[in-house]
Amino acid sequence: MYNFEFVKPSSIAEAVKALAEDGAQPLSGGQTLIPTLKQRLNQPDMLVSLTGIAEMKGIKAEGGALVIGGATPHAAVAAEAAAHYPALAALAGNIGDPAVRNRGTIGGSLANNDPSACYPSAALASGATIVTDRREIAADDYFQGMFATALDEGEIITAVRLPIPQKAAYVKFNQPASRFALTGVFVAKFADGVRVAITGASNDGVFRWAEAEAALSANFAPEALEGLSLSGDNMISDLHGTGPYRAHLCKVLAKRAVAAA
Amino acid sequence: MPKDGGIGASTKRREDVRFLTGKGRYTDDINIRGQAHAWFVRSDVAHGTLNKVDVAAAEAMPGVLKVFTAADFAGVGGIPCGWQVTDRFGKPMLEPKHPVLAEGKVRHVGDPIAVVVAETLEQARDAAEAVEVDISELTPVLDMKAAIAADAPKVHEEIGSNLCYDWGFVEENKAAVEEAFKNAAHVTTLELVNNRLVANPMEPRVAVGDFDSAGGMHTLYTTSQNPHVIRLLMGAFVLGIPEHKLRVVAPDVGGGFGSKIYHYAEEAFVTFAAKTLNRPVKWTSTRSEAFISDAQGRDHVTKIELALDKDNNFTALRTETYANMGAYLSTFAPSIPTWLHGTLMAGNYRTPLIYVNVKAVFTNTVPVDAYRGAGRPEATFQLERLVDKAARELGVSPVELRRQNFIKPDQFPYQTPVAVVYDTGNYDATMDKLLEISDYAGFPARAAEAKARGKWRGFGVAHYIEACGIAPSNLVGQLGARAGLYESATVRVNATGSLSVFTGSHSHGQGHETSFAQVVAEMIGIDAGQIEIVHGDTSNTPMGMGTYGSRSLAVGGSAIVKATNKIINKAKKIAAHLLEASEADIELKDGKFSVAGTDKSVDWSGVTLAAYVPHNYPLESMEPGLEETAFYDPSNFTYPSGGYGCEVEVDPETGKVEIVAFSAADDFGNIVNPMIVEGQVQGGLAQGIGQALMENCVFDENGQLLSGSFMDYAMPRAEDVPFFKVDHSCVTPCTHNPLGVKGCGEAGAIGSPPAVVNAVIDAFHRAGRTDITHIDMPVSPARVWAALNG
Repeated sequence: MYNFEFVKPSSIAEAVKALAEDGAQPLSGGQTLIPTLKQRLNQPDMLVSLTGIAEMKGIKAEGGALVIGGATPHAAVAAEAAAHYPALAALAGNIGDPAVRNRGTIGGSLANNDPSACYPSAALASGATIVTDRREIAADDYFQGMFATALDEGEIITAVRLPIPQKAAYVKFNQPASRFALTGVFVAKFADGVRVAITGASNDGVFRWAEAEAALSANFAPEALEGLSLSGDNMISDLHGTGPYRAHLCKVLAKRAVAAA
Repeated sequence: MPKDGGIGASTKRREDVRFLTGKGRYTDDINIRGQAHAWFVRSDVAHGTLNKVDVAAAEAMPGVLKVFTAADFAGVGGIPCGWQVTDRFGKPMLEPKHPVLAEGKVRHVGDPIAVVVAETLEQARDAAEAVEVDISELTPVLDMKAAIAADAPKVHEEIGSNLCYDWGFVEENKAAVEEAFKNAAHVTTLELVNNRLVANPMEPRVAVGDFDSAGGMHTLYTTSQNPHVIRLLMGAFVLGIPEHKLRVVAPDVGGGFGSKIYHYAEEAFVTFAAKTLNRPVKWTSTRSEAFISDAQGRDHVTKIELALDKDNNFTALRTETYANMGAYLSTFAPSIPTWLHGTLMAGNYRTPLIYVNVKAVFTNTVPVDAYRGAGRPEATFQLERLVDKAARELGVSPVELRRQNFIKPDQFPYQTPVAVVYDTGNYDATMDKLLEISDYAGFPARAAEAKARGKWRGFGVAHYIEACGIAPSNLVGQLGARAGLYESATVRVNATGSLSVFTGSHSHGQGHETSFAQVVAEMIGIDAGQIEIVHGDTSNTPMGMGTYGSRSLAVGGSAIVKATNKIINKAKKIAAHLLEASEADIELKDGKFSVAGTDKSVDWSGVTLAAYVPHNYPLESMEPGLEETAFYDPSNFTYPSGGYGCEVEVDPETGKVEIVAFSAADDFGNIVNPMIVEGQVQGGLAQGIGQALMENCVFDENGQLLSGSFMDYAMPRAEDVPFFKVDHSCVTPCTHNPLGVKGCGEAGAIGSPPAVVNAVIDAFHRAGRTDITHIDMPVSPARVWAALNG
């Protein structure tokens, strides 16, 4: 790790101000950034911690949606979202290990947008709104490919607003080593239709499976997906699975998610 | 004898108190006043010409004491290899130099090029980035079969070939084996890969060098399984330091699994640099560094064939194996695919003719050496997969085909056609026990229940033999070992009766401090709490050979028994004097010496006190004091064996294999501490399951390590293994060591991989997929899916 300055503001305004400095980077739970720093693959001049900001923490139900502060750790979501949005709580409770869940945050995960992370699928399938220090971004506009988002330089996710579906489930197939999603499918059924978001599979990061959504909106049952398939052409291919394998898993897991919802 | 402390008691491990309360003292806990820190600059390419290493800028950085390169090591030797294999034509293996720091070429990702020593670790890392390294990349040598083509690029140009040796065993049997195959009623053939593994002990390697310029004394603190071996190899062959001026200390070590047997460049470096700089120098491996600098395991590509007669009796076996040595010969690397592998190819069977061919190949990869089991897992995997395949081809039960060809209990001692003589065993008994504890009879019902849930259930059996208690020195000397493989012990009895036992068998997870104390407590009849087991420091322990090959109790324990017997013999003489009786009439029982047939007695501490306060003592005929040293050199290997049964459920949709049950019925001979034995077996099983389903060390086409961290190298976790059923009630004691013990440390890792893969294939076949006859490890979900849909 190289040397850097460290500040821990207690308000969003202070954090935004600090992030305006040259070479400043936000630090939330640090589950990706800290290992990167330790390997000397990143050299920020200043880290601005977001975990000391009270207004960015907590979970509350609000008008049929769950509003989660950007600096809320996964463990808190796992515990406190269960009564309102069990599928989301289950997802949070199965990220990494207890140490990861107690440090890692929902805002950090969404800002990083790792193509194999769990939360992006929940946000996209829920039709969430990403609330930042300066605007609100619909999930459909927010995710822009592997590690790419609509966030501007220095923009902070202060909260995430997730509409609560009638039924939902997330089924994750673990990459054997990292336990990230080799492929993970989040299915959410709303009054006006079904949304299906898939993580871990595509070279373009999290995506919605439109054909599955249409089929499930007509008939919310695993059999509805029977005739569908995804191409493996643009899927991630690595040590742990080929593109065609991941494409196959998308369908298997989607069916299981519908059954579990 | 106290029931909780002698032989056969499941005494809780005394060392766990310090390990579990954070009181262990590991090498990284050692910080010497004035200590400087080393950071290695390593090659980031697999193969290249090292044009220039410019250290000027780095040496000008803050805190830097010196930047070392190969030029600094011009006057010292290379890292030696401890075993010379002779090829099938009678020529010695090719043995290229292994320099401490790369000379002229880099040969694998991780090959050390330069070392920065600075006041702080961060300063050393900063300066390491300023070391300018100019490398012209060369085509990497990666595929073993392509590597031995005449026109292939060479890892070591000076030896002219990438073929380290072409070994045949038993070469004289080759023609007879060919003939037997011609006459076979059935031949089963299998080609398979034994996947390369990274040992990954919990504690990465660490080395601290210290030098006392006044006395000229070097001290090396290192994470080693065998400090005396390091002292000999490094002192005599690399740095030219005589033993009396070199102390090697291996304090608490957090696991080794073989990877901490070898002498590594980093050890020689810190020892050398401490003298050069007249400062203690410390190096602590990062986990990332461990992936590219610790010797790795396995990596065999094999074709194996079994010939059977019309009655399904095995008539001959032949194998051809390509064994990856990596870029340099690690300490014992040449012996693993040969003497620790070829000699095991008889397995538990009466196969009369066997021919094993092994081609050891240099590649631009991290060196490969022994890893838990070392050669024997490779042998067992091939053989037990092959026998299973033969049974399926012949339409007979895999259990029954094994039984039919087992060496029978009345055939021991059994001379195999691959040199070794099994002293004892009862393979039918362990197979029976396995079928009992695994409820083999109930399997069809469980399979039917699983089928109803959409899962394919399979049952796989494997039966293994291993050669442990390594090893008779005169034999291994003939086979090319450049070391003896005895073990040492000194038993020092203190005046008031407590004992310090110094053993060459280092403990790094095996529980020696507990089980060795149990042995001595049983022999004397005193509480084990009276006995301290001391290991890991060449300055206080007679020369010992260390811990590997499941040898500690069989060889190190036997040395302790010998030394303790010397103690008891002398103590009896003292007791006879005190009791005014004939020595022949003295009996030792429960820590008390008595005169047979009388009520006269003196207790243990009365005798020990007399030895050190010899007021009433036969000084004219006997020296005072009570301290004895013994060396034990075994007359044969020991041969643990066992039957393993794995039950899996395959999810045909995702390809995921779940191990739902695993049973192990082992014959380890006599058992000193059943709890420790069970723990050793469970750990071995977890590692074997890791190899079978998850672990895989993979290099890409450029020789870059793809599985270079735990993000991509899949280690088994608790959720990946079932609750094991472990049984060791089948006992055929070893006939040639005083404890009748065989060793248990590696068994789990040897017997489990074929059991797992056999179970997966069984599941496929029961589901009608008889077209799939083999799947290479690790049997990952992606591979299963590819096999089912390929």
